[in-house]
Amino acid sequence: MSQFVDRRLSGKNRSAVNRQRFLRRFKGQIRKAVADVVSGRNVTDLERGEKISIPAKDLQEPVFQYGPGGRRSIIHPGNKEFIAGDRVDRPESGSGQRGSEGSPDGEDMDEFVFELSKEEFMNYFFEDLALPDLVKKQLSAVPEVKRMRAGFTSDGSPANLHVARSMKQSIGRRLAMSSTPRQELQEAEERLAELAAKGQDDSPEADSLRQEIESLKARIASVPFLDTWDLRYSNRVDKPQPASQAVMFCLMDVSGSMDEERKNIAKRFFMLLYLFLTRSYEHIDLVFIRHHTVAKEVDEHDFFNSRETGGTVVSSALELMHQIIRKRYPIAGWNIYAAQASDGDNWNDDSPYCRDLLINSLLPLLQYYAYVEIKAENPQSLWKEYEYVRSVSPHFTLQRILSLEDIYPVFRELFRKKVTK
Amino acid sequence: MTDKREYKTRQPLSEDSEWTFDLLRLYDKEIGRVAAYYGLGTYPSQIEVITSEQMIDAYSSVGMPVSYNHWSFGKQFMTAQKSYKRGQMGLAYEIVINSNPCIAYLMEENTMTMQALVIAHACYGHNSFFKGNYLFRTWTDAEGILDYLVFARSYIAECEERYGEVAMEETLDSCHALMNHGVDNYRRPAKLSMAKEKNRQQEREAYLQSQVNDLWRTLPPKEAAGKIRKETRYPPEPQENLLYFIEKHAPCLELWQREIVRIVRKIAQYFYPQRQTQVMNEGWATFWHYTLLNHLYDEGKLTDGFMMEFLQSHTNVVYQPPFYSRDYRGINPYALGFSMFRDIRRICEEPTEEDRRWFPDIAGTDWVKTLDYAMRNFKDESFISQYLSPHLIREMKLFDVVDDDRQDKLEIAAIHDDAGYRHIRQALADQYNLGNREPNIQVWDADIHGDRSLTLRHYMHARRPLGESTAEVLRHVAQLWGYDVRIESVDENGRAELISECLI
Repeated sequence: MSQFVDRRLSGKNRSAVNRQRFLRRFKGQIRKAVADVVSGRNVTDLERGEKISIPAKDLQEPVFQYGPGGRRSIIHPGNKEFIAGDRVDRPESGSGQRGSEGSPDGEDMDEFVFELSKEEFMNYFFEDLALPDLVKKQLSAVPEVKRMRAGFTSDGSPANLHVARSMKQSIGRRLAMSSTPRQELQEAEERLAELAAKGQDDSPEADSLRQEIESLKARIASVPFLDTWDLRYSNRVDKPQPASQAVMFCLMDVSGSMDEERKNIAKRFFMLLYLFLTRSYEHIDLVFIRHHTVAKEVDEHDFFNSRETGGTVVSSALELMHQIIRKRYPIAGWNIYAAQASDGDNWNDDSPYCRDLLINSLLPLLQYYAYVEIKAENPQSLWKEYEYVRSVSPHFTLQRILSLEDIYPVFRELFRKKVTK
Repeated sequence: MTDKREYKTRQPLSEDSEWTFDLLRLYDKEIGRVAAYYGLGTYPSQIEVITSEQMIDAYSSVGMPVSYNHWSFGKQFMTAQKSYKRGQMGLAYEIVINSNPCIAYLMEENTMTMQALVIAHACYGHNSFFKGNYLFRTWTDAEGILDYLVFARSYIAECEERYGEVAMEETLDSCHALMNHGVDNYRRPAKLSMAKEKNRQQEREAYLQSQVNDLWRTLPPKEAAGKIRKETRYPPEPQENLLYFIEKHAPCLELWQREIVRIVRKIAQYFYPQRQTQVMNEGWATFWHYTLLNHLYDEGKLTDGFMMEFLQSHTNVVYQPPFYSRDYRGINPYALGFSMFRDIRRICEEPTEEDRRWFPDIAGTDWVKTLDYAMRNFKDESFISQYLSPHLIREMKLFDVVDDDRQDKLEIAAIHDDAGYRHIRQALADQYNLGNREPNIQVWDADIHGDRSLTLRHYMHARRPLGESTAEVLRHVAQLWGYDVRIESVDENGRAELISECLI
């Protein structure tokens, strides 16, 4: 006789530990795969899990086995045409008489594919950027909430007891509960006074009135001063904090000298700013402006994928941005952020104009302006002018970037503000 | 037996496809009754109802109910999870564990039919095979395995804490690489027992170390004596059990590492019979779920709907695609095993003239006894070479393709005709000989008086060379051995040639 055991409720995820070990062991390959995936994603589309594929040969467990060659005999079923002694050509690929190669779903057998959860994915993304833990936590956390007052409730913790409200309740209740006896008391006292006026102070009627007065007084006194249902507590509810909107301008130089690698770094820079903004704002618009000698507003795909040649006039992008702000994003309703990535090239005459444009027109409208110069040679005129801008504006920051780890310091100010707030 | 069954008005055990625990018990009781009628001897079964996630968990630790932590199990888990989510893999068919009581898993998502099928297949089919087959009786200890696995897991966890996960992972990786070479093919193993293992483990640690120290005595040998010793090899006879040799003789292993080698070796040994009886084991279980459920149907206890669902699932399992099909992945062990047991029953019940010539011993005998004998006393290789009949060879249209790298074409060596039956039968049996499937690798020489290097020898079979993973495996051997390791191939003329070496 068999014994039946219901194990459905006892733990699943027994393999979670083994999965973590797998991830740890192949960290290098996974990081590389994640980097590839990030390059293919939209700026706004960072926060989800992903199918990751790493080369299957890296994770094979080797054993002694036969290689091709030598003589081997294999029995196959389903003969329909051969007789003993036939000689046939070797099939094109694989061994034996395989009908076809390749897996049915068209997936490459040389790749091991698995899913990373959102959290795991973000962790790998952050790893490259060398973010401080506090910031990582801040970015991974759900949007912050603020405790808001929301009237009063009849139950709560003693710490939230609202004394004035409770006493008000108490007074009202005491009044209500004692109104009938007090009325009766008043009548009885009046009658007693009448009797006294008539000189019948010693009559039995007066005695009984006195008794009644006593008992009414006792009844009034017995109404509790403060009862449990008088208590009122302050009520607070969680209200999500990011409740406003922001617009983020992404400005990038797409002249010939911005190659794939530089663009990839720029992309991470934009992603990180976006990620930061999502923590603070409920709704975020993205505006992509690319420029060489002229600036143009484009969609994200063109922004990262087009490549043009020619010189660089940065002010064209700043002017376009200024126009767009005036037309579409009144500062009363929008928090405006801007991020600019470039390799530092600019026409020398243009740089001072950029400086003035920033200081006089743009920065007063902006919350924050971050500029990164990616893998630039020696600092050029634009950098020098921008350094001046920084010295006069606290909302401006700039950074030269050689590798991914350098991105974070651009935002240090931004994050610090957030942390201390 | 058919004559004993009579067709009654149907009184099915259940009509619905939903299962309940009461129904499971009822079906189990009925299936058990019929199994006893056919004389199947089983361990008591413990049937555990689990969810699909838990099933994936169970899959990924190679079916061990308790297992230590290792990344490779994580990899298997992720593979299983992925294909299950995509619906590529039905998880319905059994996981059954060779232990006493025999543990089988049922998935809660399955219909009553599938649950009954799995109960018949696992708890009566596989279970009786575990209990009856000589290889399992010799090599595994159903009583002790669960305890041993618990011991292994806690020991490994303890060592991880003491020596670090990385060190443990390296050791386990190396051991896993040699797992298939951790069995004595010819010596009988000692029984596993938790109590003994625990009591003896510390004792063994101390003792082993003293032995090893003795072996590597550091006193310089005298010149003359050294020369003589050079002539004699150590070990005097080649050793086929690489893990055993390493456990006992590796000069640099820590004591805990020796214990890990031992644990992996013991687990390899536990799975050793399964690797050698795949066709028989699956064939036997499939044959019995088919027979038991048909018997119940004939008694009127199962509905037609039940049988349709059951047969669909059954036919999927025993389908053998022909070699030219897109789905062909070699011979399906379920199909071959099931057909062979059915064929033996046919030979017993309705032998033809040909069967009488080929199988004079069993033609016309009691099929239950004949099958029982076959189940008990064979492994895949010997089972095929004993029982594969011309009838089945014709039915499956088997033919033999020889791939010789000295010939520019493949040769069809034999087909399913009079001239070919014996050849096919022998070739198919050889195909299931473990020694043919895995390279024969032995410890040839450990240079204990010299540089302590270890030499392995690969005895070639049909001139087949080692694959490209050899160097990688050799690194693992060197990791355990601690000194240089090399491997030589020995061809059919006894000529040895160095293939690969790993110098430390």
